[in-house]
Amino acid sequence: MKTLKDVKVGHTAKVIKLHGEGAVRRRIMDMGITKGVEVYVRKVAPLGDPFELRVRGYELSLRKADAEIIEVE
Amino acid sequence: MEIKIALAGNPNSGKTTLFNILTGSNQYVGNWPGVTVEKKEGKYRQDKDVTICDLPGIYSLSPYTLEEVVARDYLVNERPDAILNIVDGTNLERNLYLTTQLNELGIPVVIAINMMDVVEKNGDKINIEKLSEEIGCPIVEISALKGTGIDEAASAAIKAAKSGRKIPEYIFSGALEHTIAHIEEAAVHSMPEDEQRWYAIKIFERDKKVIGDLKLDKSVLDHIEQDIIKIEKSFDDDSESIIVNERYNYITGIVAKCYKRRHEGRLTVSDRIDSIVTNRILALPVFAFAMFLIYYISIGSVGNWTVEFMNDTLFGEWIIPAVTGLLTGWGVQDWLVSLVADGIVGGVGAVLGFVPQMLILFLLLSLLEDCGYMARVAFIMDRIFRKFGLSGKSFIPMLVATGCGVPGIMASRTIEQDRDRKMTVMTTGFIPCGAKMPIVGMIAGALFSGSALIAVSAYFFGVGAVIVTGIMLKKTKLFAGNPAPFVMELPAYHAPVAANIFRTTWERGWSFIKRAGTVILAASIVIWVLNSITFDSGIHFITEDSHGTSILEYIGNAVAWLFVPLGFGNWQSAVATVLGLMAKEQVVGTFGTLSSMASADLAAQGNAAMYSVIADEFFGGSGLAGFSFMIFNLLCAPCIAAMGAIRREMNNWRWTVGTIAYMCVFAYSVSLIIYQLGCWFTGAGNVPGTIFALAVLGVMLYMILRKNKYAGRTVRPGEVK
Repeated sequence: MKTLKDVKVGHTAKVIKLHGEGAVRRRIMDMGITKGVEVYVRKVAPLGDPFELRVRGYELSLRKADAEIIEVE
Repeated sequence: MEIKIALAGNPNSGKTTLFNILTGSNQYVGNWPGVTVEKKEGKYRQDKDVTICDLPGIYSLSPYTLEEVVARDYLVNERPDAILNIVDGTNLERNLYLTTQLNELGIPVVIAINMMDVVEKNGDKINIEKLSEEIGCPIVEISALKGTGIDEAASAAIKAAKSGRKIPEYIFSGALEHTIAHIEEAAVHSMPEDEQRWYAIKIFERDKKVIGDLKLDKSVLDHIEQDIIKIEKSFDDDSESIIVNERYNYITGIVAKCYKRRHEGRLTVSDRIDSIVTNRILALPVFAFAMFLIYYISIGSVGNWTVEFMNDTLFGEWIIPAVTGLLTGWGVQDWLVSLVADGIVGGVGAVLGFVPQMLILFLLLSLLEDCGYMARVAFIMDRIFRKFGLSGKSFIPMLVATGCGVPGIMASRTIEQDRDRKMTVMTTGFIPCGAKMPIVGMIAGALFSGSALIAVSAYFFGVGAVIVTGIMLKKTKLFAGNPAPFVMELPAYHAPVAANIFRTTWERGWSFIKRAGTVILAASIVIWVLNSITFDSGIHFITEDSHGTSILEYIGNAVAWLFVPLGFGNWQSAVATVLGLMAKEQVVGTFGTLSSMASADLAAQGNAAMYSVIADEFFGGSGLAGFSFMIFNLLCAPCIAAMGAIRREMNNWRWTVGTIAYMCVFAYSVSLIIYQLGCWFTGAGNVPGTIFALAVLGVMLYMILRKNKYAGRTVRPGEVK
């Protein structure tokens, strides 16, 4: 399964499904990462984590560990 | 007619600015009952019958974060007459997502679209009329920054409030709406019609808080569960996700009709700033420079000058002599003069002396916060901090605390997640602050011939204590409960709003001043009394004619045995440690006084003589005992001002007492281990003490190394609960 964690900087991926449950997943969905949305991986923090993403026209930071629950195409 | 309007919106949408314009100086700032989330209420400038309640900045009304729960409890239980929903025009989709949730409460909603000027500058267009029609509520264009459209928005909200409740519209796809209608029918039919939809959707989402409050029959719930499972199968998703997806689908559909983007992918000014500030190579140097600048201005140059001025000149040379002179002139008794001048003015003044420095620091910090840099700091530092159970946002409080722990602890307020904030408050006091430096200087001077290694080790132990505490606490149940995801918006940079910055700075400074007038005032009086009264030959004041052992010294003697295992079980050290709780500088001050009492003409012989008395008489010439004393005083309960700050930020006595107790126990353990194990190197090791120390060390190592049974909060794909 390919997750958002595997997407390289500068690439865009389409979200298929969010796995897991509970607060973290709900938070990620509330911030607009939902089924079918396109997520652009903008950059990685200087120490390699977290990511900076662009989704629904704004910037969002997300830890790689949390990006693992996001299945992408 | 009294009207209540709730102001709701995403963080960074300009909500605070809007609230400040709407209410002017007419604000009441407090906390929501039982939590540390700030609550602000105020009367509308133009109409005193209208109360505006500023809800916390939120993205959703989910049951998972403190802010969201506070906001939705208020909306559902208090049911304000209208909601003024501020929406960032440059970020419509995510902002309107909250609107869909506000709309289903049955409370009239008015949308104030902010930052339309930026939208237009980007060459984009929003068809307001169309949007208003689609989403089903009035929309007013405002610019919170320029102050335009504000009163129009307020009038629209007041008008909507007077129009009364409305029944929420259907926005989901047919099959889902059908199920929700079914739940309304089965579970909440007895409620007023305008409230049913919200509850039905929460039941569908299996929101435990709402279902628990409703106390529905098990048979009803089981029946509804069947329906939910059916829908989940046909959508191939769980109910919570279905709702979120449907909301966003609805919004995407509307935005596509009303929003015209000129072209995508163009770099804005904010993007260009960000390409430097969070650049992979430049980010850390830029960050280090920014931190250096803040530290240099507020703690070093300007800040230090204000502290010296306040303490030495304003209080030392002007106020205290003036007060003493005035009272003596009136013929007031000596003890009362001393109580007012030494006790009250001295104690409270010592704290007030830090006010200008703190105002400078708060000013600089709110500047960074307001322009959007703080979020980037958290982004850059998160990797390091989360290793020991903190988040990237904990860095600022720690940095500030190297100057003074009080503003450091207060700076933790910018951390939204309750768990991370508590952890930060608990650990920030370990960082050696400016007032602890004289202790380090004294021990280094008296026992280690001024070795610079001692100062280095002080910082090493301070940072080590933060790390060790973080690792130990994150594995306990207290800190395992609420997961703190680091899903954070990186808002576009914008020029700071002067009015906001000054207001925030003043609010923070004022709460500090208020505390100086209450907690610290009381403590100053108590300490003065204990230090001035003796039981020797009947209770009386210690004066020049009648010496005696003050109650404080008795207390020192009474607790001195506690410190025997740490190597400094003499009453002088005990008194110094106790007085250090007043202000850490006082540790050195106490040693100064006590050593000159030990040898009458010591003052004339200067520092070196004082050091020799401290080294030989108080610590028996043992560097190890002195070092252990220093470490204990650096790590144990902070000064009363910092304890007050902890109390304020925790907003809970149990957490406050717990934090202080933890710090004391931790300091004791570390000093014990250092002293008892160190004794073997100086050839004075003793077996029972060593066993005790090794046992404590063993417990600490266990707590650090044990497996975190609360880990794995992110449920991996394929895993079941």
